[in-house]
Amino acid sequence: MIATIQQYLAFPFVRYALIVGTLIALCSSLLGVTLVLKRFSFIGDGLSHVAFGAMAIAGVLHLSNDMLFVMPVTILSAILLLRTGRNAKVKGDAAVAMISVGALAIGYLLLNLFSTSSNLSGDVCSTLFGSTSILTLTQAEVWLCVGLSIAVVVLFVLFYNRIFAVTFDEDFSRAVGTKVETYNLLIAVVIAVIIVLAMNLVGSLLISALIIFPALSAMRVFRSFKGVTICSAALSVTCALAGMLISIVGGTPVGSTIVAVDIAVFFVFAAIERLRRG
Amino acid sequence: MALMTCRDLALGYESHAILEGLDFAVNAGDYLCIVGENGSGKSTLMRTMLGLMRPLRGAIEFGDGLRGDEIGYLPQQTVVQRDFPATVREIVLSGCQGRIGRRPFYSREEKALAEQNMARMGVTQFRRRCYRELSGGQQQRVLLARALCATRKLLLLDEPVSGLDPRVTAEMYKLIEDLNGEGVTIIMISHDIAAAVRYATHVLHLGGAQVFYGSVEAYRESALGQRFLYSEGGECA
Repeated sequence: MIATIQQYLAFPFVRYALIVGTLIALCSSLLGVTLVLKRFSFIGDGLSHVAFGAMAIAGVLHLSNDMLFVMPVTILSAILLLRTGRNAKVKGDAAVAMISVGALAIGYLLLNLFSTSSNLSGDVCSTLFGSTSILTLTQAEVWLCVGLSIAVVVLFVLFYNRIFAVTFDEDFSRAVGTKVETYNLLIAVVIAVIIVLAMNLVGSLLISALIIFPALSAMRVFRSFKGVTICSAALSVTCALAGMLISIVGGTPVGSTIVAVDIAVFFVFAAIERLRRG
Repeated sequence: MALMTCRDLALGYESHAILEGLDFAVNAGDYLCIVGENGSGKSTLMRTMLGLMRPLRGAIEFGDGLRGDEIGYLPQQTVVQRDFPATVREIVLSGCQGRIGRRPFYSREEKALAEQNMARMGVTQFRRRCYRELSGGQQQRVLLARALCATRKLLLLDEPVSGLDPRVTAEMYKLIEDLNGEGVTIIMISHDIAAAVRYATHVLHLGGAQVFYGSVEAYRESALGQRFLYSEGGECA
């Protein structure tokens, strides 16, 4: 088995995939805690569908680098969702549901009408579930992923204390003069960036799993925000690496394998919590 | 000069006023209790004082060198906080967030301030414990310690004893009384009129068209106070 892995590691695209996959897993886990606790998880889910729609449009337009189109569209949607969530006539979750299924439908429709590809269902499947896209990244995309991942980690570390404060108690933060709206916006933009990055790894339907499972697992066992954050980052990276290696050896789809590992770890942590409580 | 002055204040949502013509001033060292029925605008008034809402008319002015963001706030607990994974120390330290300006991290002084306020509220022994595992009274002390990190002068408390048992309620009132004794000005929303007249120096009674503001002694004499204090057995929902 180790020989098989070594054989695969000789290929540069496999090494790229492992590096990018690990970085994406790291980023996606960082904001998971905030997302779960702020009841924002549905926004993540909605945005991933928007990213699918944008990807379909990019495919139809034959853009050479999808991400340069998908990224701004997703970020814009994140801002819109956050803005309208509060005072629009269509309330938060309904608006997200509308946008997310709408984007899915329109995306698939466009692909069907305009796609020149001979393997349409294959294309759709790989956008939704990731399958091989992590292995087919160009060098430019690899660098873009690396750069954005580092930016996400740096932003998170710099704003860690504010993100904690705003997640725990928005009203208190606002009362002592913290610019809550700005930080909510920052969180939404970072989530959008993470979602577009993670699309390459696990596909748009499975992104929420990558963001939420490590955080939920860590929350079973750890009692401090810092502990939960660090544990969820470590879990996410380990699960992503394990999932990618398993999929290389076993020939399983990358995205769903990673998520399966995440789910297994969640149950292990839930069991640990049970045991502790006695 | 007064710490906080409300001038001809009208409050409400979307131009529908629920409170009008509020005129009062809070001086340094006062202990003001805001009482009144549900929906009388107590929380709206507090949110306006905190700058979370804008008044429909009128203004709130701060004096005595107090800035609008130097107010300590003890909010009612939210659903999010009940299962929040954070230690007591992390939460108390977040009270310093208004002090850090553009810096990304808390300084040594701010960490010391957090420790000091944990000791003041008697929660130092829980500093590494998880907030959600504490009892209701302990959680309130933690949030009070956080509020003290944000201010030295003025505390706004939104029903600090709701959901606490009588013994812990008494402890909480004692703690607030002690803080007031140390020179912290207190503005508190309360359902408990009996406790209000026992501990406070001033009462603001909101009830639709009838508004009373004045010292506790004057409140006892007033028609509104008489009605609520005696005809309803000192308890008012």
